[in-house]
Amino acid sequence: MNKEKKTLIDFFANNKFIHTLLSIVIGFVVGAIFLSIMHISVGTAYGKLLSTVFNGTKGLSYCVAYATPYIVVGLSVAFSFKTGVFNIGAEGQYVMGSMAACVTAILLPNLPKPVLIPLCFIASMLVGAIWGMVVAFLKTKWGINEVLSMIMFNWIAFYLSNFIANIPAIHNDGTAEATKYISDNAKIGLSADFIKAHDLCNVTNWGILVAIVLTIIVWFIIEKTTLGYQLKAVGFNKNAAEYGGISANKSIFTALAISGMLSGLGGALQLMGMGNRISVFSGQEGYGFAGIVVALIGCSNPFGVFAAGLFYGSLRYSGGKLNLVGVPTQVVDIIIGTVVFFIAISTIFSYVKYLKKKPKEVKKVEGKEE
Amino acid sequence: MSGFFTELSVIVYATLLYTPPLLFAALGSCFSEVSGVVNIGIEGMMTAGAFTGCVTAYFTGNPWLGFICGGIAGMVFGFLHAIATVKLGADQTISGTAINMLAPGVVVMICKALFDSTDTVPLKPESKIPILFNGAFDTTTTVGKILKNIFTNYATTYLVFIAVIVVWIIFNKTKFGLRLRACGEHPQACETLGINVIGMRILCVCISGLLAGLGGACVTMAASNQFRPVSIVGQGFIAIAAVIFGKFKPQGAMLGCLLFGFCTGLKVVIGSDAAISPHLISMIPYIVTVIVLILFVGKSRVPAANGKPYIKAK
Repeated sequence: MNKEKKTLIDFFANNKFIHTLLSIVIGFVVGAIFLSIMHISVGTAYGKLLSTVFNGTKGLSYCVAYATPYIVVGLSVAFSFKTGVFNIGAEGQYVMGSMAACVTAILLPNLPKPVLIPLCFIASMLVGAIWGMVVAFLKTKWGINEVLSMIMFNWIAFYLSNFIANIPAIHNDGTAEATKYISDNAKIGLSADFIKAHDLCNVTNWGILVAIVLTIIVWFIIEKTTLGYQLKAVGFNKNAAEYGGISANKSIFTALAISGMLSGLGGALQLMGMGNRISVFSGQEGYGFAGIVVALIGCSNPFGVFAAGLFYGSLRYSGGKLNLVGVPTQVVDIIIGTVVFFIAISTIFSYVKYLKKKPKEVKKVEGKEE
Repeated sequence: MSGFFTELSVIVYATLLYTPPLLFAALGSCFSEVSGVVNIGIEGMMTAGAFTGCVTAYFTGNPWLGFICGGIAGMVFGFLHAIATVKLGADQTISGTAINMLAPGVVVMICKALFDSTDTVPLKPESKIPILFNGAFDTTTTVGKILKNIFTNYATTYLVFIAVIVVWIIFNKTKFGLRLRACGEHPQACETLGINVIGMRILCVCISGLLAGLGGACVTMAASNQFRPVSIVGQGFIAIAAVIFGKFKPQGAMLGCLLFGFCTGLKVVIGSDAAISPHLISMIPYIVTVIVLILFVGKSRVPAANGKPYIKAK
C-alpha cells in the first residue's frame, strides 16, 4: 500500500479528520431531511443556528462559555478511552464534583478569591477522583463490572446531590428548588466592566483558559510521559501490558482517578462560571453523556476533543434558540446523533478507495489490513 | 398484623408495576449481549417504543396494536444498530451512544409536529393496557385487599413473566439458543460449523430492539398514560445493569429487575411518610445492587466475544 501513489481518494479514505468532517456534513444533511419532511424551512432553521453563533463577540462568547464544561468532561472520557475503560460514569463524577465545589463555596464564602477558587477546584477534583476510584476499586478488588457500577454510582450521585441541595445550610432561603448562590469570591466570571466594554455575554468566564491548559496537560500525559505510555499499552492489549511488567489494575485505577478528576473539575467550572447554584435535579443533567459524544467526535485526541467541545457547545447554545423561530430544538439531537452514528460507521468512507480497483484486489487489501 | 400484610401487598403491587419495563428491556439486552453485541442503545430504543406505542394507541384506540407498534419502533433502531455494528464493523459503544441521541431527538420532534408540544395527550383509560382481574376480589375484606394488590395489575406484568420463561426456554432448550450463545463465545468456531454468525447477530440485536421497545411501551401505556421526554430516563441503563447483575441469564436479569422494581416500590410506599429524606430512600436500589454484587454475586462473566466485531474473512 505504501508504495502506491497517494491519490486524492486515498486521502479521503484514510484520514480520520476528513471522516469526522464528512460525518458532520451528513449530520446536517439528515437534519435538513427531517426538517423538510416536517415542512419546516431548512434555511430558517440553519440560518438561525448560524446567526446565533456568529452574532458578533456576544454569540461567540456564549458558545465558548457553553463549550467549556463539555470540553473538560470530553477530555475526561477521552482519557479513560485510552486505557480501554469506557467512563460512562462521567455523569456521576461531574455531578459530585460540581456539588463539592458548591458546598465549599457556600460554607466558606468569605475566603479571598485567590484561596477560595483553587480550594473549590481541588474539592471538585478530589470528590470526582474518589467517585472514579470507587468504581476502579470495585473492579480490581471484587471484579465487579465497571459499566454496571458506574451506572449505579451515577444514580447515587444524582440522589446524593439532591439530598445535599436540600440540607438547610445549603438550600436557598427562597422558594426555588436549588442551593444558595455561591459567593462572589468563588465566581470565575470576567468583571462586568470588561464584559460591557467588549460586548461579551454575561456568563463569559475564565473557564476556557482552564480548559485550554487541561487540553495541553492531557495531551502531554498521554503522548509524552511514561504513565501515558503505560495507560495506552493497557488500552491496546491488557495481557501484553501485564507481560511487559505494567500492572493493569494500577493503570485502571490511575486512569479512572484522573478521568474522575477531570469530570469533577468540569462540574466546578460550569458551576463557578455559569450556573452559580445547583438545582434539585428532576432528570440527569447529561453532561457525562455529552462528554462521551464529545470524546467520540474528537476521536479521543485531546485537541480533537477541544474542537469537538466547541462544536458541541455552539450547537447546544444555538439549538436552544431555535424555538424562537418555531423550529423544534430536537433537530440538534438528530444532527449530533447522526454525526456520532456516521463516525461509528466511518469504515464506509474507506470503501471509496475500492471504487477505482477491481474486486479481486479489494479482497487482498482487506486481508492485509487484518 | 393484617395491616403489615396490607402494606406489604402494596409494595408487591408497586414492584409488579415498575418491573415490566425494566424486565422487557433487560430480556432484550440479554439477546444482544449473549450473541456478542454490546447494546448501550437500549435506552434510545425504549424511548422510541414508549412514544410510538403511546401515539398509536392514542390514534387507533387499540392498546395492543400500540404495544406491538412500540416494539416495532424499537426494532427499527435495533436494526440500525445491528447494521452498523455487525455488518459495518462499527464500534458498538459508539453506535449505541448515537442511537441514544438519535431516538429521543426523532420521537420528540415527531411529537412536536403531532401535538405541538413535547408531551403527548394523555391516553383514555380504555386505550391503556387492560388491567387483569379488575374487580375479581372482594376488597371489603383484608384478604381480598391483599389479593387485589397482588393479582390485579396490568396485562403487561403477566406478559413479561411469560416472556422470561419463553426466553429461558429459547436460550437453554433450543438449537437457536445454543447457536446464539456460541456466537457470543466463539464466533469463528460457529462459522466453521456452518452457522451464519452475521445473520444470527443481526437477528438478535433486532429482537433486543423489539423487546426494549415493548418495555418502553409499558412505561407510557401502563405505568403512566402519556409520553413525555422524561418518560425514559435511565431505565435502559438500569436494564443493562440488571443483565450484568444476572450474569447474562434471563432468570438472573429477572431477579435484578425485581430488585430495582422492589426498591422503586419501597420508595413510593415509604416516601409518602417522609420521615427520611426521599432522596436518600431513592438511593437504596443502587447501593443495594452494589452490596449484593460484592457479597453474593461477585464477578459476572461477560460472553467471551462480547463487544468484539466479527469479521468474516479472519
